[in-house]
Amino acid sequence: MTNIQVSTKINGDNCEFLCRPEETLLEVLRDRMGLTGTKEGCASGDCGACSVMLDDRLVCSCLVLGAEAQGRQVDTIEGMADGGELHPLQRNFIEHAALQCGICTPGFLIAAKALLDKNPDPTETEVRYWLAGNLCRCTGYDKIVRAVLHTAEEMRGTELG
Amino acid sequence: MNYQAPTTIEGAVSLLSEASGNTRILAGGTDIIVQLNGEHIDPDLILDIKRINEVCNISAENGGFRIGAGVSCSQLTEHQGVMDLWPGCAEAAGLIGSTQVQGRATIAGNLCNGSPAADSVPALVAAQAIVRLIGPDGIREVPVENIPTGPGQTSIAPSEILHSIFLPSTPSRSGDAYLRFIPRTEMDIAVVGVGISLTLDESDICTAARVALGAVAKTVLLVEEAGAALIGSKIDDNALDQLALTASAACNPIDDKRGTIEFRTKIAGVLAKRVALIAAQRARERVTGRIGEKS
Ligand SMILES: Cc1cc2nc3c(=O)[nH]c(=O)nc-3n(C[C@H](O)[C@H](O)[C@H](O)COP(=O)(O)OP(=O)(O)OC[C@H]3O[C@@H](n4cnc5c(N)ncnc54)[C@H](O)[C@@H]3O)c2cc1C
Ligand code: FES
Ligand code: FES
Repeated sequence: MTNIQVSTKINGDNCEFLCRPEETLLEVLRDRMGLTGTKEGCASGDCGACSVMLDDRLVCSCLVLGAEAQGRQVDTIEGMADGGELHPLQRNFIEHAALQCGICTPGFLIAAKALLDKNPDPTETEVRYWLAGNLCRCTGYDKIVRAVLHTAEEMRGTELG
Repeated sequence: MNYQAPTTIEGAVSLLSEASGNTRILAGGTDIIVQLNGEHIDPDLILDIKRINEVCNISAENGGFRIGAGVSCSQLTEHQGVMDLWPGCAEAAGLIGSTQVQGRATIAGNLCNGSPAADSVPALVAAQAIVRLIGPDGIREVPVENIPTGPGQTSIAPSEILHSIFLPSTPSRSGDAYLRFIPRTEMDIAVVGVGISLTLDESDICTAARVALGAVAKTVLLVEEAGAALIGSKIDDNALDQLALTASAACNPIDDKRGTIEFRTKIAGVLAKRVALIAAQRARERVTGRIGEKS
């Protein structure tokens, strides 16, 4: 079992790491890079807690091998706030009480941002379908959906103004 | 275990033939990495094909489209040309898992995984898609329905790599559709899936039809009698009843917690009717045909 050397970009910074061939990107992020914002719920693609962006595509990092990140760009929850300033989605999740235990929250935020980047004016149905791969055991989803829709409205307003 | 990501198909084929032990090809990983994480498999080599540029593209060819084995379902559903020519195939790919899963999953992997419930496969069979396999002895072109041979089993040789799947051009007034039955609205495995592609003539009479069923037998089925029930008709009630009867008659499903034999058999007929009506409507709306030709 030989380690593989990987050069990649995480949240805009160049990084290098060594990983075992079977190690997932989720394990690399959490255990090797200390980026524990990305969560593990299932390791089988069902819960979305491990959502990250890989070359601008929303994926489950538990279903990506660390070695596959070679030369790619990975974006995680740690890169979402702009310094001390929360992203509007983060702020609105707090304001709408769209989280309780919080384990699903980073995955929801990454997935919701991917949606709004692609579609700034989604319907409620579009939001619910887009987020169908993110599971939450606490909130009942409604507050999450409200927070996303409210953010979309707010961000459209900002852009117009 | 080793991981290799060759940049040419020739390189991948020779790595595959030279490798001793058990090699698994990695496309989107949404089946295989789940199995790795669960320690259900322990391959000696993982061969990632996504660094091979030619298999990561959709290209126009002879009025149809060639879908590389590394193309994700998201790429497919975002491709206007494929959506216009084979909307049923694109929709089937768009039913696989979540947004996250579709960002990685490929229709090639869906086919090679060999699940009888694989969503894209009935749509591809109905579309008469042709699979291109490359091995040490060269290229093989195989109709998609000849690939699955049983649950988790395919006719692809261990030394072969699925290179691409070709979706052909269609005559004018053709349409396809795919529907599945699941107990939820998202993120579930098909209890029954039905893919149909058909062509109508100027007076609305069906001149060609292919009907494929998923999750009702050991492999996805191409049901010729069900296609024949539509041909020569105006997709009227009689033809639809005959379609439902022949589709249900072809079923040989398992009984499990997701659906009983009786339920799956009945639903195959019910869904087939609905799918035929959608495909026929699409055929009527698409008078020009050969949409992929010049793109
Ligand atoms: C949460 C979740 C939900 C899902 N929901 C659905 C669903 O609704 N419907 C559905 O049909 N499936 C579903 N799946 C299963 C899976 O996503 C699909 O089967 C997917 O299409 C597999 O494609 P892949 O590229 O990820 O395959 P991989 O995992 O990369 O490969 C699958 C198999 O095919 C082989 N293989 C891959 N590419 C090639 C090639 N080019 N040549 C030869 N062999 C190859 C691999 O060795 C492996 O055995 C789901 C999976 C998850 C995790
Ligand atoms: S941990 Fe990746 S989807 Fe659950
Ligand atoms: S807040 Fe606890 S799982 Fe979502």
